[in-house]
Amino acid sequence: MKQKHWRALQQAYMVLIFSFLYVPIAVMAVFSFNESKSRSVFTGFTLNWYKSLFTNSMILDALALSVAIALISALISTVVGTMAAVGISGMGRKPRLLINNLSYLPIVNPEIITGVSLMLLFVAYRGFAAWANAHMGADLVPQNIFGLPTLLIAHISFSVPYVIFNVSPKLRQLDVRMYEAALDLGCNPTQAFFKVVMPELMPAILSAFLICITYSIDDFIISYFTCGNLQTLPIAIYSMTRKKVSPEINALSTIIFLVILAIILFTNHMDSRKYRRDQQRG
Amino acid sequence: MKKRLVSLAAVLLCAVLAALPAFAVAGDTVPAGPDLQVSADYDWNRFRGQNVTLYVYNWGLYISDGSDDSIDVVKGFEDLTGIKVNYTTFDTNESLYAKMKSGAANYDVIVPSDYMIGKMIGEDMLEPLDFSNIPNIEKIGAAYKNLEYDLDNAYSVPYTWGVVGIVYNKTMVQEPPTSWDALWDIEYAGNVLMFNNSRDAFAIAAKKLGMSLNPTSTEQVQAIAEELKAQKSVVQAYVMDEIFDKMTGGEAAMAPYYAGDAIVMMEDNPDLDFVIPEEGTNYFVDAMCIPKGAKNKEAAEMFINYMCETEVGAANCDFIGYSTPITNVWETLDDDLKYSPIAYPSEEVLANTEVFISLPDEINSAMDMAWSDMKSYDEAGSGWMVPVMLLLALALIVFNVWRKLHRRQRSDLY
Repeated sequence: MKQKHWRALQQAYMVLIFSFLYVPIAVMAVFSFNESKSRSVFTGFTLNWYKSLFTNSMILDALALSVAIALISALISTVVGTMAAVGISGMGRKPRLLINNLSYLPIVNPEIITGVSLMLLFVAYRGFAAWANAHMGADLVPQNIFGLPTLLIAHISFSVPYVIFNVSPKLRQLDVRMYEAALDLGCNPTQAFFKVVMPELMPAILSAFLICITYSIDDFIISYFTCGNLQTLPIAIYSMTRKKVSPEINALSTIIFLVILAIILFTNHMDSRKYRRDQQRG
Repeated sequence: MKKRLVSLAAVLLCAVLAALPAFAVAGDTVPAGPDLQVSADYDWNRFRGQNVTLYVYNWGLYISDGSDDSIDVVKGFEDLTGIKVNYTTFDTNESLYAKMKSGAANYDVIVPSDYMIGKMIGEDMLEPLDFSNIPNIEKIGAAYKNLEYDLDNAYSVPYTWGVVGIVYNKTMVQEPPTSWDALWDIEYAGNVLMFNNSRDAFAIAAKKLGMSLNPTSTEQVQAIAEELKAQKSVVQAYVMDEIFDKMTGGEAAMAPYYAGDAIVMMEDNPDLDFVIPEEGTNYFVDAMCIPKGAKNKEAAEMFINYMCETEVGAANCDFIGYSTPITNVWETLDDDLKYSPIAYPSEEVLANTEVFISLPDEINSAMDMAWSDMKSYDEAGSGWMVPVMLLLALALIVFNVWRKLHRRQRSDLY
């Protein structure tokens, strides 16, 4: 009897926690079909917000920019971060600790400080570029970097540490003897890295890539300071708060949520199939 | 001279029309996109094919953008002129100002509010406009020109205007409020919403005290801040756009807000009504300006002129819901709206209003300080928060160091 109560309590707790996580999303999805602009009263079903979302060039442009920045910056920072992780793993204990702590700082540093300092850096760079160009009498140094270049630099710089901390543990687990065996069997170091080390690291690299994409799309504060006269999706949404955030945003968020859900389900399905196949073979 | 100008314009127009047969004249208008006609009496095509990009920085949701069956006026401008528009948005005057000051962005057209225009003129951040490129300035009503923030009307072209008043729920108040005092009324404790924006909140408290909403001394700022502190126990929340949902959902009885938005709320919930308090209120104008350093000043002026076209103005007015300063647009409105005491209050009401002007730095910083002080003010006192936080941080550091040492000891064992 007592056990039964305990069981019910456990289940209630779980339902509660998952409600906290998913009810807001469900409410948003429901209100993306709301006929009126209200976020509290449901007046009727409509698909109009979805329709008008796809004609609203401002939102779509902002979305395209966010996705482009996320993909490019995630790609670059995964490459850079992986190289850094490999380099760090080859260091002695002291320098490794030092570098690890140094790359940990940007993660714990409040975003607003990163954002402001990056902006100051870019403004200072512009002054420097103007001075350099004036000295050389030619426009050799690009001066107007605010916009895409600054956004990319900013996103790469806050993404790289995440890659390092994703890939490093995997590297530590790696058996050094595998690499040495590859060398013994006639690989040169480059081949050994790409044929033996890389495949082992791949899951960590992939998850680092996905984390970078999420952080990049998610980021508001750092982008806010470094976007020049472009705007990413979070900035576009934030600027709507004087009037009322358009229900098109609900529609867009619902679509994004579904896309991500589909990706997760798909990868999980593939993973479990692979796992089962391996089991059968093993 | 004038005759020569006119004939020159006519020749130009003919040349343009000959060159671009696609833009045939219908009466005296040319189409800009499928559902928009603009006056043909203007050389819209002089930048076509020159790869001009115009950077426009406006409030969020502050232009007819094609959503919700509206007309996409930016697209219309691109089709009409061949100029590409990079349209981005901001959320407060202060963030616009910060962005311009940081030098992190270049814009061609910005839409600050009254006091911010005054401040930017004072700091030499705006370019004087060349009104020969903006003939539509004629269409702007005289009441909206030469206002305090830009006395000679050299830098700005009004875009929208409105007043601040109290939105209230008829079923939740005993009697309709007529004065700002209602927002301090203990009877409505927990049922009052308030601006989460220092300038607007201070304006209301100042008007309640019978002062100008442009304080001239730090003592005045202090007096107003005291009034806001006194209000705090009555206020349910300090909010901006949440007001829409809270008021239409009946979660609060009263909230100060902008007239144009009040009309939207009243459409959604017929129990709501709007009043302009008798002490007078803030009369605000958002106007289009060109910042110093704009790359394409003439194209920017063309854009401003386009925004004052009757049909464009009407589309914007319909979408935004704020009052229009363009006489021709006002004439096209439905009688309901045209003579609405909310959107277009009578002259007596308007005579009792005040525009924000830019304040001296010391007043501004006193206001910012007083505002954050008020927001963090707690009648029970929250002075204990800081030492507790510091202690927590210290404990965290000590714990971390201890853990590190502990772990090292353990790993030394092996």
